[in-house]
Amino acid sequence: MSIWEYANPVRFMRMTDRLLPWVVGGAVLFSVTGVVWGFLTPDDFRQGSTVKIVFLHVPAAMMAINIWVMMLVASLVWIIRRHHVSALAAKAAAPIGAVMTLIALATGALWGQPMWGTWWEWDPRLTSFLILFLFYIGYIALWAAIEDPDSAADLTGVLCLVGSVFALLSRYAVLFWNQGLHQGASLSVQSGERMSHVYRYPLYTAMVGFGLLFLALLIIRTRTEIRRRRLAALQAREMRA
Amino acid sequence: MLALLTRDLRLAVRAGGGFGLGVAFFLILSALVPFGVGPDRAALAPVAPGILWVGALLACLLSLDRIFALDHEDGSLDLLATAPMPLEGAVAIKALAHWITTGLPLVLAAPLFGVLLQLPPAAMPWLVLSLLIGTPALSMLGAFGAALTVGLRRGGLLLSLLVLPLYIPTLIFGAEITRRGAEGAAIVTPLVFQAGITLAVLALIPFAAAAALRVNLR
Repeated sequence: MSIWEYANPVRFMRMTDRLLPWVVGGAVLFSVTGVVWGFLTPDDFRQGSTVKIVFLHVPAAMMAINIWVMMLVASLVWIIRRHHVSALAAKAAAPIGAVMTLIALATGALWGQPMWGTWWEWDPRLTSFLILFLFYIGYIALWAAIEDPDSAADLTGVLCLVGSVFALLSRYAVLFWNQGLHQGASLSVQSGERMSHVYRYPLYTAMVGFGLLFLALLIIRTRTEIRRRRLAALQAREMRA
Repeated sequence: MLALLTRDLRLAVRAGGGFGLGVAFFLILSALVPFGVGPDRAALAPVAPGILWVGALLACLLSLDRIFALDHEDGSLDLLATAPMPLEGAVAIKALAHWITTGLPLVLAAPLFGVLLQLPPAAMPWLVLSLLIGTPALSMLGAFGAALTVGLRRGGLLLSLLVLPLYIPTLIFGAEITRRGAEGAAIVTPLVFQAGITLAVLALIPFAAAAALRVNLR
């Protein structure tokens, strides 16, 4: 029994069919708990109540990056092992990642206005997120533009590989270009305490919730893609008959 | 390979349109910016390095879809793919031809447009040098984008959407070199980064572009 068993669409559908209610339940439970619990935390002594936006901002930003990494892995699996489910999962993940990036940018702007006095600043972190968003848009547009599904999977896979390198490169080039306003990592394994426990636990909860939320959306969208592919195959058979 | 290069160059020159168009576009852009920003030297000089670099980027973008589109239409791209020469080599040569017809004229014309935009004279050699180092990467990345979109009927807009984000690092370092040249600041770091990016792009992107072409020719 290996993970590659689930590369078979039928097995994947059967497994996700059983898994989906649990994932959806967990996603709702954790993200609602995290955000509501976060909302009930006391105000920060410097930032006041605006600090509460962190419980949306940080999980969304984390997922925005992680989803791209997941797409990279899925693209590699498709290019190396030619499993269709993998390519479809990468396709299904891209819009979710784009929305997460947009949430991170929007909540960041809402937070930046009272704290930094500006909606937008060409700060390295903000800029690299904007660039990441552009990469998501390009990736989605390429999927949409190509008709043949296998060619589309191949080409977007190559784009994802090259794009990953350049997204990373831009991240550091931007650092060179402008030093910014955004604080460094709020949660770090090495540096120990950066954030009070009062905020930390709800934040962890919200992060788990967003991870599960992504998983749930991903499963739903991948199942849709698989069904759409089956439908196309059936229609093609009909045409030939 | 040399035959392919001379063929591409000859086509570019004789078919007309593509060859001088990039430079003409660059000229128009440099002429439009003062209308937008104002003719003031104090207003133009600080933005000149950035404008010149963005202009070079856009001028380069104009002719990208021609790299493979014509050959794809008349079938010579299939011949290239089945030729004994590796497709990676063909891609590199085509990018080189694009650079000679688009990038090189931009490099040579850039000081002239620098004068139009009141770029400080101290920055001129650095502008030329940064373009000379950076534009080959632009052509190569453009060839990759063109390879991705070659089969599409209206790939032009998509091509720019795919390629422009890839241009960001080159743009950052190129404009930085020129800006530092204008201020007389230390220049080695961005120069080394710029050269590093170009060399890495020239070494690795042909493989990605050839892979994309093979998919499109399947």
